[in-house]
Amino acid sequence: MATPQFKHALFCAVITLVIAYPILGLDLTINAATIDLQGADTSTVVAIVAAAFVVFFFQLYRDTVMASLRKAPKLNPLSGREPLPQAKRVKLESWVLTGIVVLALFWPFFVSRGSIDLATLVLIYVMLALGLNVVVGLAGLLDLGYVAFYAVGAYTFALLSQYTGISFWMSLPIGALLAALFGLVLGFPVLRLRGDYLAIVTLGFGEIIRILLNNWTNLTGGPNGIGGIPDPTLFGMEFGRRVKEEGNTSFHETLGIAYSSEHKVIFLYLIALVLTVITALIIRRFMRMPVGRAWEALREDEIAARSLGLSRTAVKLSAFTIGAFFAGFAGTVFASKQGFISPESFVFLESAIILAIVVLGGMGSQIGVILAAIAVTILPELAREFADYRMLVFGAAMVLMMVWRPQGLMPMRRIHIELEKPE
Amino acid sequence: MQDILYFSQQLINGLTIGSTYALIAIGYTMVYGIIGMINFAHGEIYMIGAYTALIAITGLATLGIAWLPLVLLVALLCAVIVSSSMGWAVERVAYRPVRGRHRLIPLISAIGMSIFLQNYVHLAQGSRNIGFPALIEGSFRFGPPESFQLSLSYIQITIFITTLICMTILSLFIARSRIGRACRAVSQDLGMASLLGIDTNRIISATFVIGAALAAVAGLLLGMYYGSVDPLFGFIAGLKAFTAAVLGGIGSIPGAMLGGLILGVAESMTSGYLSGEYKDVVSFGLLILILLFKPTGLLGKPEVEKI
Repeated sequence: MATPQFKHALFCAVITLVIAYPILGLDLTINAATIDLQGADTSTVVAIVAAAFVVFFFQLYRDTVMASLRKAPKLNPLSGREPLPQAKRVKLESWVLTGIVVLALFWPFFVSRGSIDLATLVLIYVMLALGLNVVVGLAGLLDLGYVAFYAVGAYTFALLSQYTGISFWMSLPIGALLAALFGLVLGFPVLRLRGDYLAIVTLGFGEIIRILLNNWTNLTGGPNGIGGIPDPTLFGMEFGRRVKEEGNTSFHETLGIAYSSEHKVIFLYLIALVLTVITALIIRRFMRMPVGRAWEALREDEIAARSLGLSRTAVKLSAFTIGAFFAGFAGTVFASKQGFISPESFVFLESAIILAIVVLGGMGSQIGVILAAIAVTILPELAREFADYRMLVFGAAMVLMMVWRPQGLMPMRRIHIELEKPE
Repeated sequence: MQDILYFSQQLINGLTIGSTYALIAIGYTMVYGIIGMINFAHGEIYMIGAYTALIAITGLATLGIAWLPLVLLVALLCAVIVSSSMGWAVERVAYRPVRGRHRLIPLISAIGMSIFLQNYVHLAQGSRNIGFPALIEGSFRFGPPESFQLSLSYIQITIFITTLICMTILSLFIARSRIGRACRAVSQDLGMASLLGIDTNRIISATFVIGAALAAVAGLLLGMYYGSVDPLFGFIAGLKAFTAAVLGGIGSIPGAMLGGLILGVAESMTSGYLSGEYKDVVSFGLLILILLFKPTGLLGKPEVEKI
């Protein structure tokens, strides 16, 4: 019964064994000077063989399985529902968002320090993802070196505070503008390139920035990084136990409350929250402005958009620069949250995580991206024992999303005018 | 005299590295030539080749087999078989379902695959770098004994010869064999080729398998040359090889060979005369400059944008 299907299934099963067994089933262990080879435990070997069998039977009965899957009832109970009318949906959305923001404002006063810290990190990722969403999701430019702009923001604040003593609030716009300038300067020549070349060039640019930060030891401290980055102040009030800078007062003394190290953490969280909301609102505005429409038009069909008189360079450059600007924003907050930065925080993997967030959330969709950022940052913290598998799952998720649902979990819905139904 | 010796040393080192870049670059360039996508996971295929070779070598050593040609042959075969299967499976799982969609979709899928494979090896074999046994030791030395000596090690010679053999076989295969002819036809016009009865899916799979096999050869050679492997070892090498492919003109096989050699020499000259830390900056800078001023590369054909 060597039908073609059987042969194919057998072939797939053998391939599964060949790619899984040497890497998973044989362990290289380092013993002092020599390297030993050991077979993995029985359970791993059993799992590999089981995987091969699963592949075999799936390939053998592929057509029947796929057909029955198609007939199976839809898991999503909402899929058959009529979409809400647009006016109602927009209203509902803005109410929900306002509710979430209000909740987020009061939430830190009731939880532990660790969760506030984590929440600040989540907000930084939300900011980054919203910024990258403009570049990748709206303008359709795949930027694999986004982390470079984040690094520019963080290092600007660190260096400025070290050499000139400029405060967080002064540095925030400077860092963001400098990142935007980097985006502009890099974008100007490279945006002529086709999509995939652009991806590789931005990746190279990100690596160049990281290598420079690593090796320009006089200025950046090289791999040792820069420490002692000051915390932000509130109208000249510092959050430390003692006042570090002359002319400032300390927060707890001014208000006459007992000192607590939690004040600073909550304050940083609130700053990140406010900046994230500002970022989201600005980008939301941009999306409805002519320039936002132009981004999408160019993404959908470059030739048609250009023939309608859009300047390719200007439109792409604006998206690139705005994306970089918000990365600089996030970088400054990150630097002051950590108090210490080194090139290790700005590796390619970081760019890949931000990209994964945008892809999972749904390119172009703000709510989707925000939810994905929260999920991607919090899930590994909740399941610590699976933290090692985080990147494995991200990689697999990126592939699966592209294969099954390239529009993301919450696809973007364009603002549109609805025709009234004739009675 | 000293200067010439030093220069030739850098040249030899550069050509050694460059010829392995060329081997990896062929995988990028063939895939790009046929389906127009960047196979981002190719560097990981090469890394898996290196790991498999190391596992085979260690396994043989445990069994007590130490006859060098046999060890090398077995390691090479294992690496090629595992990497080719991997290349086939990756194309099947991650690229075939998204073929023909918007340009960014296969690329993101490839990046996901690259991250997945990196972490697959990382979880299975640990993140530490593992020493690769130096199977071929010793070198020819030229020049006065007490000052700078030009050294041409046996492993470098092995790398040159192996690369040369692989390139010759590949060129003959592409030029003469049935599958090679079909490959060229598909890369010229995929639709037309399938109308003429070529099984394009099979040819695309074959391209991935050939590229992966060459990457596995490079994995074994570079593993022995550098003396260690780790799960991230494919990422930078993959980027370099991609740079080489673009430098030579992506889609062109002789271009990939030329690009690899030029890139290798440029890198080793940088580390020889400037500083080793900036060699990556030079190769990425080179990539950016080429894409800006001559996106078709040295030997590539200009791509006509159709409306």
